[in-house]
Amino acid sequence: MLAHLPILQVIVPLLAAPLCLFLTRPRLVWLFAIIVSGLAFLISSLLLQQVMTSGTIIYELGGWEAPWGIEYRIDQLNALLLLIITAISTVVLFSADTSIRKEIPEDRHTVFYILYLLSLAAMLGIVATGDAFNVFVFLEISSLSAYALIALGKDRRALWASYQYLIMGTIGATFILIGIGLMYQMTGTLNMYDLSIRLPEVEQTRTVFTAFAFVIVGVCLKLAMFPLHLWLPNAYAYAPSIVTAFFAATATKVAIYLLIRFTFSVFAVSLSITHLPLQMLFVVLGLVGIFVASTAAIYQTSIKHLFAYSSIAQIGYMIVGFSVTSVAGLTATLLHLFNHALMKGALFLALAAVVYRIGSTQLSQFQGLGRQMPVTMAAIVIGGLSLIGVPLTVGFVSKWYLVMAVIENGWWPVAVLILLGSLLAVVYVWRIVEAAYFKPALAGTETIKEAPLSFLIPIWTLVLANIYFGIDTRLSVQVAQAASQSLFGVSP
Amino acid sequence: MKDLLAVIMLLGIYSLLSASFFVAMDAVDVAFTEASVGAGISTLLMLVAITMTGRSEHPVRHKPLLALAVVIVTGSLLIYGTLDMPYFGSAEAPIHQHVAPRYINDSMQEIGVPNIVTSVLASYRAFDTFGEVVVIFTAGMGVLALLSVARRPVDIKKVNSFNNSMHEQHLVLRIVTKMLIPFILLFALYVQFHGDFGPGGGFQAGVIFASSIFLYTMLFGMTTARRLINQSFIQILAASGVLLYGSVGVVSLLNGKNFFDYSALSSDPVAGQHLGILLIELGVGITVASVMVIIFFKFADRRDYSPSNENKDF
Amino acid sequence: MLMGLYNDWVVVVLMMIGFYIVIAHGNLIKKIVGLSIFQTSVFIFYISMAKVDGGTAPILAEGIQQYSNPLPHVLILTAIVVGIATTALGLALAVRIKEAYGSVEEEEIQKKDNLDC
Repeated sequence: MLAHLPILQVIVPLLAAPLCLFLTRPRLVWLFAIIVSGLAFLISSLLLQQVMTSGTIIYELGGWEAPWGIEYRIDQLNALLLLIITAISTVVLFSADTSIRKEIPEDRHTVFYILYLLSLAAMLGIVATGDAFNVFVFLEISSLSAYALIALGKDRRALWASYQYLIMGTIGATFILIGIGLMYQMTGTLNMYDLSIRLPEVEQTRTVFTAFAFVIVGVCLKLAMFPLHLWLPNAYAYAPSIVTAFFAATATKVAIYLLIRFTFSVFAVSLSITHLPLQMLFVVLGLVGIFVASTAAIYQTSIKHLFAYSSIAQIGYMIVGFSVTSVAGLTATLLHLFNHALMKGALFLALAAVVYRIGSTQLSQFQGLGRQMPVTMAAIVIGGLSLIGVPLTVGFVSKWYLVMAVIENGWWPVAVLILLGSLLAVVYVWRIVEAAYFKPALAGTETIKEAPLSFLIPIWTLVLANIYFGIDTRLSVQVAQAASQSLFGVSP
Repeated sequence: MKDLLAVIMLLGIYSLLSASFFVAMDAVDVAFTEASVGAGISTLLMLVAITMTGRSEHPVRHKPLLALAVVIVTGSLLIYGTLDMPYFGSAEAPIHQHVAPRYINDSMQEIGVPNIVTSVLASYRAFDTFGEVVVIFTAGMGVLALLSVARRPVDIKKVNSFNNSMHEQHLVLRIVTKMLIPFILLFALYVQFHGDFGPGGGFQAGVIFASSIFLYTMLFGMTTARRLINQSFIQILAASGVLLYGSVGVVSLLNGKNFFDYSALSSDPVAGQHLGILLIELGVGITVASVMVIIFFKFADRRDYSPSNENKDF
Repeated sequence: MLMGLYNDWVVVVLMMIGFYIVIAHGNLIKKIVGLSIFQTSVFIFYISMAKVDGGTAPILAEGIQQYSNPLPHVLILTAIVVGIATTALGLALAVRIKEAYGSVEEEEIQKKDNLDC
């Protein structure tokens, strides 16, 4: 069984999804989904252990060796992502039953869990595979399930947000398809490792340059990198709260993984970053993204929109780390990937709890909640502090590594700008704190109780993880460093 | 072009023309699929959609200059990229040198199936095809999530009078349909099982099977069709197709080999390949047929349900 | 060079037509039509890549030596199915939007959203 872990990681949730149709009661389906997700988490931890001790795992599907067959290639980078995705998925699922009771009609509950499991399996499939076209197929599974899940939101604007996401997402996926086709045309292979060997010979051709451009633009659309981020705020804000909690912590991470994988493993660093003026482009876009998004966040009236824009800003930080193109820079990006998943997972889950109790996401409705829902609001405050980058939280660790990496590269102005961006985060986090603690409660809201345990336990698991990994950084830093070193071809 | 009906018809023609282009390019399996899925199902679904959303398009008020600029930049980048490409039809192109020769030369010994596309699709890259089946299943579930309506009690008198008027108006069509449907179903089965030897396989067969049900539904009404095909049965069928496909892989795992390694299914590896391909194509056919029916029925149900569409005359 | 590459240039033109329809038109159904054209053109691109001069369909038969490349065919079979799945979901969304907003024109929907805010 141990040898088959790579494929089991994807197959377990993938086959569990249609099985849900055989279960009659939604409660049963929910329990089934949690068990499946927990199993997936177990598998991913075993895989991470295996990879950290014995190196890259290769699994040939169908018994055919690559590039004639499809292979799964698990190295430190994938393993880290598999862990993050399955962990977040399991924690979020705990609250799912309670949360969707108020947001999705009962007859849709079973199909909700089916789509959720499909989405989980697809993201795992994108991360684990070593074949470029297989990435495209699973990317589409993940996108389709996402469109459907987002459209389940109560507000009619969820439908419009989902449609816009569908259009932009499909354009992005088609761009990626064009890029894969161009790469295939010049090398004759679809296997990512094989591509990395064969692409350097044809590196200087215009076709390969175009292929790279299309793949990167397609991935950046999915990534919601500025200026291709327009679909994200509405999609996150109007989707059912539990869906936002899941996607905010996982979907963009998968896209960043694809960016890193294609730039470093497939196209090789020499072509991608240094040969073209991409470094400058990414740094600029990353920084502009941080400032534009953080400023937009300050002016939002809906909390979900506020945190959605904050996510776009955090993606900007990851892009800046990515553009430094050094082991340190990539380590910072991967650290921030891990940390952001914990931060935003906790924040959006806490928001889901608030929505469950007060039924609204408007900042004006938040007044006085600090006293009525103290445990939940405390979680939001800690999450906010993490976003700013206060020491003792996980956000501080990744910002520290990022600033260090940038300074090491000699980019002092960028470091200053990063710190300024954090100040903007202070402003929007303060708005929430002010409303919750320093304003009197609204009339008629005395009956609001604290969130139920089914919310509090998962929220505080993530919050405590936030603090724990902010103090004991050994695990996350070790894995991130090992991953980025392997990408640069340096043995750890 | 403001009339969406005309636009959709032209899109159908475009799909059909691409299908004939694919035949000219020796891509017979692809042509078959494009004709059935692209020109057939896609056109049908769009027509059903515009009966609900409206037939004409409002003119755009502002000049889309930004869109034009983006398109020109993208197009020029693509053309720039084509300048170094191998020429059309050249046998020396990299793609004909590297991975393909093994498929062409060795697939007969390794898998024993004449249709190379089927052996690549169902064996060498079986996992991609599994992903494809899951995509179809996901779309079905998505449409289920979006368009499900509560069933309303059926007014028998209304249904009967509707049936009678339909019978009078479309007598010829109804009789011809009843004669044709068995042949269509037979053809679907033929395509399903003959996919190893000629163009065909699970996808095309599933679509053809579904189209016979659509034909019946269009001429005999949704109520009659729903009596024929139970909703939850179809959903379970869709799930079973995916599970059948996946279980072939699981059986390989249980026998100690890698996922989708068909040689684990039988003592003779080539026989194992045949069995594996047969089973997974069956899984594909079942899921595709059921999901297409689910999607069509959901769209049709929504049209009947929606209050704004109650007495709409199209 | 012209003869060798005109195939690809025609495909690029088709792709751009589809792409333009998606981003320039406001009617939701029209956008999906444009997406469909865009995707079908990408399929044509892949398939024309696979053709070998003097080759025939990749079905093994007596007496035939040269075959066209089967791998792009497999990829496009998958891509066609992905395309129809996206179209179905997009149309379902459009139908729901029509019910919720009373229109499938982008401008009118955005106007109604701005009124709500």
